[in-house]
Formats: sequence, structure tokens, C-alpha cells
Amino acid sequence: MIAEAGHYALVLALGLALIQSVVPMLGARWGDVALMNVARSTALAQLLFVGASFIALVTLHVTSDFSVANVFENSHSMKPLIYKITGVWGNHEGSMLLWVSILALFGGLVAAFGNNLPLTLRAHVLAVQAWIASAFYLFILLTSNPFLRIANPPVEGRDLNPVLQDIGLAVHPPMLYLGYVGFSISFSFAVAALIEGRIDAAWARWVRPWTLLAWIFLTLGIAMGSYWAYYELGWGGWWFWDPVENASLMPWLAGTALLHSAVVMEKRNALKVWTILLSILTFSLSLLGTFLVRSGVLTSVHAFATDPARGVFILLILCLFIGGSLSLYAARAASLKQGGLFAPISREGALVLNNLFLTTACATVFIGTLYPLALEVLTGDKISVGAPFFNLTFGPLFVPLMIAVPFGPLLAWKRGDLLGAAQRLTAAGIAALIAIAVLWAWTHGGSTFAPLAIGLAVFVVAGALTDLAERIGLFRLPFGTSVQRARGLPRAAWGTAFAHAGVGIALIGIVCETTWNSEYIGTMKPGDSAKVAGYELKLDDLGQRQGPNFREMVARFTVGLDGKTLSVMTPSKRNFTTRGASTTEAALLTRGVSQLYISLGDIAADGGIAVRIYHKPMVLLIWFGPVLMAFGGFLSLSDRRLRVGAPKPAKAARALQAAE
Amino acid sequence: MRRALAACALAVAVSLGAPAAFAVQPDEIMVDPAKEARARELSRELRCMVCQNQSIDDSEAPLARDLRILVRERIAAGDSDRQVIDFLVARYGEFVLLKPRFNPHTLLLWLVPPLVLVGGGVALWRLGRRRPAAPAAATTGAHLTPEEESRLAALMSEEAPEERRT
Repeated sequence: MIAEAGHYALVLALGLALIQSVVPMLGARWGDVALMNVARSTALAQLLFVGASFIALVTLHVTSDFSVANVFENSHSMKPLIYKITGVWGNHEGSMLLWVSILALFGGLVAAFGNNLPLTLRAHVLAVQAWIASAFYLFILLTSNPFLRIANPPVEGRDLNPVLQDIGLAVHPPMLYLGYVGFSISFSFAVAALIEGRIDAAWARWVRPWTLLAWIFLTLGIAMGSYWAYYELGWGGWWFWDPVENASLMPWLAGTALLHSAVVMEKRNALKVWTILLSILTFSLSLLGTFLVRSGVLTSVHAFATDPARGVFILLILCLFIGGSLSLYAARAASLKQGGLFAPISREGALVLNNLFLTTACATVFIGTLYPLALEVLTGDKISVGAPFFNLTFGPLFVPLMIAVPFGPLLAWKRGDLLGAAQRLTAAGIAALIAIAVLWAWTHGGSTFAPLAIGLAVFVVAGALTDLAERIGLFRLPFGTSVQRARGLPRAAWGTAFAHAGVGIALIGIVCETTWNSEYIGTMKPGDSAKVAGYELKLDDLGQRQGPNFREMVARFTVGLDGKTLSVMTPSKRNFTTRGASTTEAALLTRGVSQLYISLGDIAADGGIAVRIYHKPMVLLIWFGPVLMAFGGFLSLSDRRLRVGAPKPAKAARALQAAE
Repeated sequence: MRRALAACALAVAVSLGAPAAFAVQPDEIMVDPAKEARARELSRELRCMVCQNQSIDDSEAPLARDLRILVRERIAAGDSDRQVIDFLVARYGEFVLLKPRFNPHTLLLWLVPPLVLVGGGVALWRLGRRRPAAPAAATTGAHLTPEEESRLAALMSEEAPEERRT
């Protein structure tokens, strides 16, 4: 009953989306306000029905209704409640339902809070949202229906993949999808602008908060996924340049570029055509990511060929939306007027440079991810493109970008003073040089690359602080005045500084972890000790423990430093009886921002157990960086200018003059 | 979800490949630390062919273990890094390399990043040269002297924090 209701709600949502695809467009064409307003009602109703459908699936999972194929295949009655809920999107059908639910959520938000949008623009935006929604509802209903019943219901389910039975599954996919799907809003806005053939600075001001919101979630989603992989997969890696990861990195890079070009468009009314293109590309890359992951093409081109229903369907959606929007772009872009001239050395110029490097980085990831697929399809030759390729091509692109980051906010709009900016960055430069010198002396004879990279990171962080200090007149003005100014500083300025500092901090973590990571691999018996990076780890005993749906072997390690006992670490290996699979649960001990990491291997014939222990210096900075970036994003999002919403064009012009 | 799916793929590999273990096993490690370090470096460049884009250094699959042992055997036999790689490529094809060699097949792969950067840079430079030339002088009319400009810049940066009040 619940399954049928959920299925029916989804069909109704499709019906609503189809209405929303057509009626508002006609309304905009005929200038009929009532027809245009249909979009608002249908978008909200869609949210209601998709939400109902999603809740139905959650209910089925929670109540362990194994007569539904999706629940049978991915759940187990003994599974803890949290994993019964998160298991809803731990599989193909459920995750697609989450995808459309979030799409409906964003559509609903635009409908609910888009009252200050021009009526035709809102109608067009919601219509484009509905095109995307219709395509994906059809995809779910025709190829990936989560509500299918089994004729003879089994008594017990097959359980969720053990690797996914982790709190990470509760956070990572929803975050990532909020990011991915969030970019659909900027896409819809871009297509709507192309359809209307009109775009102004106010447009950018409407688009920017949505892009920013999506970007924040994507940043957190990727960081969360990376940390999850780090502690769950058991070998301490946090980024693998895996095609699945690249699929999320590409929209992030394009989205970051979009965020910056939208600033130029909002403030200076320039880069319009480019911003529109980036909006289209960013969401296209999100769709591409969905295709790559959902079609099975990554595992093997042949897997795609043997069961092509889903893959071909998504490929069609992909071609339709990317091809359609780019054609529309080609036809209409020329009619959008260029505005806001600027000299090469200016804030705009810096942001253009940022865009150049970010898009090149994105293109690099794109070609590296898709080239092996294309080559195999075209010539049958199989090649691999992995971490060594990306480190060599992607890494160097970030060096000039990072050098440029601190300069950007210090340059004035229209025409900046590079020398002046460089002078103001002297302190940051000196800080970087000191960091390089100290590290080089300290690790004498070690890597020459690492101190330089950390120096660069210090420059970025110090540069972000310099920008703040300059703006509030720290050390130039009396302290009280500075504090007052700091209070009055727009939150967007704080946001920029935090986000930029976050980039530097993440880089410090990355360099430290990859360069000074120490590890111990060995077979240990109870009573044995190992020494890693000055820490003494003693294996006390091995024991068995029974979990709700697994049995685990737990090892107890006592960690000591300089003869003193610090803590106890208990890594384990879990065996999930239903699937016969096992997972490695690494034990982590955080010391400042560094971590000790233990994961267990197999028991050897002589009773010893294979153990891998790492000391990962500064490793937590890798994820603190992105969190700081996202925090900067939130600050920026809470800026009064964005909260108040886009003003009418006349007011916009005044606001533009006032802003710097 | 993306990472999760990689995890899925991994879990499948684990459940199929029976005895779950992690990458480098204690019994594989070479006695000479310098040689072991070389083996680890090389392992990171080599793909475990049955896995999804994992190096043999990371992979838990039995095949990866065989390859790791093979790499160490070659190193123990006195091969240079180059010879070890050549040996593996001769045996398993280019598919085993995580960083493809630069040859006609991979020309596009290697050239796209620099071409995009240079192409984009040139396009920007040309746009920058073409655009301000015509209208810039017309719109502003009078140009500011460098002194005026720096004064203006100073004023603007002074103003900046106050922008909220306006």
C-alpha cells in the first residue's frame, strides 16, 4: 500500500512537472500572469508529492517491508535504525529518488522565495527546472523504480553493503546532491536568460546566492566523502583520482569559477556571456557525473553495452540538456550586450585569471577521466589514467593560481595597482619566506618541494589576513577604530578571507600528509610493540565482539609517548554474516591536527595479526581547509546584500556605485 | 554517493577476492629499505588491473599482491626502475601504467591541459587588447594622472569599509 502510494505520488509529480514545463512558458509568451503563476503552484506541489514519495520509501525501509525489491536487496531487519534510513539512498534507485527530491526542493525554494524575481524570469526558470525534473522522473519510473514488489516476499533482506554502514552515508550523499543539484538553479537561470535574451547585474545577484549555496554543500560533500574514504577504506588515502571522485571535482572546479565570475558580473556588469556559459557547463558537469556513476560505464565499457537501458537513458538526458543549452547559447549569446570595461590589472582581471586556471584544471580532470573511455570505444586500446597523471598535470596549475589568490582582493575594480598590492603583501611574502627557510633548515636534506609548497600556502593564508587588516586599517588606525571597522566590514569580505585562507590551510595539510607521513607495516602478536613517529604502540590483546548485524575482531593498542601512556586505540575487523563481507574499522587518535591511524589485516598462521600503523602529520588540515571555505561561503551568503535579495535595476545601479 | 560507489566497487572486489587484507603485506616487504622504498614508489605508478583505478600499492586484490611481489622480484634481481616498468608493460600492456606514456595514442590527453591554458590565455590577451582600445577613451574622456589615480585608489580603499553605511 505504501509502496503503491509512493509510486503513484511520483507519477503525479511527473504530471505536475510536465504541466510546469509548458504552461509557464506559454504564459510568458502571451503575457498571461495567471498562466505564469501556475509554475509557482506546481513547483510547490511537486515538492509535496516527491517528498511524499521519498517518505514512503523511507517508511518501507524502516519497517523492513521485504516485499519491495529495493528494501529486500539493501536492508536487513537487524540493521540499526540509522542505517535503515540512510540505506534508502545507499543504492541506485533510492539515490536517484533523493536526486529528484532535492531537485524538487530547490524548485520549491525558488517558487517560495522568488517573489522579488520578475514574473517572466521566474516562470522561465521554473519551467526549465521542470524540464530537468520531468526527464529524471521518467528515468526513475521507466528504468529505476524503487517501489517494485516481489511476487513471493522473502522473510529476510540481503542487508546493505557493509562499507556503506557508516555515519558517512547519512551525510555525504545528501550534501553532495545538494551541491550537484543546486547548480541546476544557476543552469535554469542561465537558460531562462538566454530564452528571454536579457540579462543584467540584477540577474547575477539572484543567481549568486543559489550558486554559493550549492557550492558550499558540494565543498562540504566532497570533503566529507574524502574523510569517509580515509577512515573507512583502511589504507589512509583521502583522494584517489578515481573517476567517481573526479565526477564530483569537475562541477566543483567549474562552480568555483562560476562563483567568481558571477561576482564580476554582479559588481561590474561584465563577463556576462562567460558567466552564462559557466552556469551551463557547471550543471552539465553535474549531469555528466550522474551519467558516469549511474550508467556503469566506469566499471567497464562492456558493462555499459550489456545492460544499456539506464546508461542510454541518462546519455539521452545528457545530450538533450547539454546539447540543447549549448545550442541555445550559441544562438543567443551574441545578443547579450557586453558591459563594464576593465584593464588587465584589476580585480576583474584577477578574477578572469582565476577562471582561466580553474577551467583549465577542470578541463584536465575532464580529459583525464574521459580519455581512457573514449580511446577504448574508438580504438579498443586500454590505457589507465590515474593519480600520477593528475599530480603531474593538475598540480602545476594550482601554483600560479595560489600565487595570484592574495592579489585578487587587494586590487581595485576597473584598474588596479599591482605594485601597490605587492607592497601591501610584503608582510605575507616575508612570512612565506620565513616558513620556507625554517622548514628547509628543519628537514635539511629532505624534500625541497614540500617547504616551497608550504611557503606558498602560508602566503595564501597571510595574504587573506592582509586583506582583512588592510580593510579595517589594523596598525594604521587606532585600535578602537579598527574594531569598529571590522564590525562594519561586509560579511562577504570576511567570507572571501576565510575561504581563501581555507585553500591555503588545505594545502598545508596535503603537503604535510604526503611528505612526512610515516608508516609501520608488520605482523604483531599480543605483547608486541611498534614505534611510529616517536609513539610507542603496544598490542595488548585481541578479542571478539558481537554487533547488531556483524561480528568483529577487536585489537587493543596502548599508545605511549616518552614512556607515558596516552590512550587506548581499538581498531577492528567486522564480518557481516548476511553478505559474507568484511570491513576494516580503522582506529584514529587525534593529536592536535595530526592523527595516528591503525588498521588491521589478516591473522597469520602463527597467531600474529597483520597491522598497519600510520602517523599522519597535519592530516586534519586537509578537511579543515574545505570546512573553512564552506564557512566563508556561509558568511558571504549571510551578507546583507544577498539576504535582502536583488534590488530593482535602478536601485541596483546605485548599489553598484556604493560598493567600493 | 560517488565515493560511496567507489566503496561499493571495492566491497565487491573484497567479497569476491575472499581473504580481505590491506595493500602491502608484512611478508612482502624487502629487507633493504632503499629497495623497498623504490618498490613502493613504483607500485604507486602501476595499476591493479582488476580494480577500478587503484594502484597496486593501495589495492587489496590478490592480483595486486602478485604484481607487488613481481615488482620486488625484479628489483631484487637488480633491474632498474625503467626495466621493471618495461617488463610489466611488455607483459600486461600499457593498461598497467597509471600515467600513460606520451605517444600518438595519448597525444591529446597530454596536450589538452597546456593547450587550454595557452589557448585561453591568448584568447584573453587578444580580447583585452581589442576591447578597451575603442570605447575606453571615449567614455572617460579625460585620463587621470598617476598621482590622481593613486590618491583615488587610496580614497577608495579608505571608503571600502564604510560601504555598508551608504
